[in-house]
Amino acid sequence: MKNPAMRLSGRDVRCVRGGREIFTDLSFSVQSGEALAVTGPNGAGKTSLLRVIAGLLALAGGTIDLEGGTGELTTAEQAHYLGHRDALKPALSVGENLAFWRDFLGGAPDHKQNALTAVGLDHIAHLPAAFLSAGQRRRLSMARLLAVRRPVWLLDEPTSALDAAGQSVFARLMQDHLENGGLIVAATHAPLGITTHDLWMGAQP
Amino acid sequence: MTALAALIRRDIRVALRIGGGALIGVLFFLTVVVLMPFAVGPDLALLKRLGPAILWLGALLASLLTLDRLFMADHDDGSLDLLVMSRTPLELACATKALAHWLVAGLPLIVATPVLGLLLNLDGSATLAVALTLLAGTPALTLTGMIGAALAVTLHRGGLLLAVLVLPLSIPVLIFGVAASNAATSGDTPFGTPFTILCALSLASLVIGPFAAAASLRHGLD
Repeated sequence: MKNPAMRLSGRDVRCVRGGREIFTDLSFSVQSGEALAVTGPNGAGKTSLLRVIAGLLALAGGTIDLEGGTGELTTAEQAHYLGHRDALKPALSVGENLAFWRDFLGGAPDHKQNALTAVGLDHIAHLPAAFLSAGQRRRLSMARLLAVRRPVWLLDEPTSALDAAGQSVFARLMQDHLENGGLIVAATHAPLGITTHDLWMGAQP
Repeated sequence: MTALAALIRRDIRVALRIGGGALIGVLFFLTVVVLMPFAVGPDLALLKRLGPAILWLGALLASLLTLDRLFMADHDDGSLDLLVMSRTPLELACATKALAHWLVAGLPLIVATPVLGLLLNLDGSATLAVALTLLAGTPALTLTGMIGAALAVTLHRGGLLLAVLVLPLSIPVLIFGVAASNAATSGDTPFGTPFTILCALSLASLVIGPFAAAASLRHGLD
C-alpha cells in the first residue's frame, strides 16, 4: 500500500515550555520518502519539536502543515509518536499490549503477528511486559509502528537501548516505510542507518 | 467501537491483575465500615440510624482512594500521549476509562454493601435501599472524580490535591444519597425526591465529566 505524496513543513515554529523559550524561528520541510534527523545538544528542544508536531505541546508561534494527507484528519491523527516512554502496561503480556494498541489505533487484525515477527519478539508474545529488557521494550514499541499504518513517524531517540542487530532491523523497517511513501522525523544522537536530511538545533557547532 | 472496547478490556485487565489494585477500594470500604461499630459502641438502634451514612461515607472515601489511578498510570508510561493523539475523540476515551474504572472499583462496593449492612444492624429493605442509592450515585462520584484526576495528572500532583478538588463536588451526591437511604429506612419522607435528584446528578456528571477531563488533559500536557 503506497501512501500519496505528502509534505510535512514547519515555518517559524516557536516553542515555549514553562515560560522559557526552547526554540524560535525554526523551519523545516520533509516529504514522502524522506527522513529528517533532528540533531543537537541535550536540551536543544529536539523532543519538544516532536511533541509540537504531534500536537502534544501547544504551538507558541509559526505554523506546521501536513500537505497531501487525509483531509479531515489532523497531523497527530496521521502520525505515530515513539517517545522516551514506551506506553506499555507491565501487567499485560507482550501480545496483549500490542493487540491493544492495534485495536485502539485501528490496525488490521493480521498485522499483530507480522509485527511481532518483524521485530523479533514472536517467541515471547505470552510473557508479561514487566519482564522485558529495555531493548525488548523498545522493540515492542517499534512493533506498534508496524501493526498500525500511519504515514508520519515521529521518533524520539528510536535506537536507544537497541543492540546492533536491533538497530539494523529498525533501519530496515524505516527504509521500508520510506519506500512505501512514508516520512520520518527522528530526534537522534546516533546515525540511524538510513539516508537522512539533517536539522541541527541549538547553537551552530 | 473496536477502539473503545479495546480500551475498556485493557483497563479492566490491568486492574484485575497483580498490582492493579481493583480490590483496594473495596478492602478500604470494608475496613471503615467494620471499625465503625467498635468506635460507636454496641448500641443497635444508633447503628441502625447511622448505618446508611456510614456506608455512604465509606463508599465515598473508597472511591476517592482509587481515583488517582485513573490517569496517573497512563501518564507515567506514556500511554496518555497516544490516547490524546488517536483518532478516537478524547472525550469518548475518558468516558470509557471512567466506565472501566466504575466497573472494577465502584461495582464491588455495591456488591459488598449487603454483607456490611449486617454489621450495622440494617434490615433487608434498608440494605437494598442503600445499595440502590449507591448504584445510582457512585457513577457521579467516578465521573466528577475523573475531572479531579485529570487536573491532578496535568498539574503533576496526585493524592491529596485530588481529594481537595473532588470532595466539594461529591458533597451533593453524599447529601442526596444519604437522604434517599434514610427516607427508605424511616419512611416519613418520600424516597423518590432525593433519589431522582441523585440520578440527575449522575446524568449531569456523565455529560460534564468527560468533556471537562478531556479539556484538562488536552491543555495540560507537556
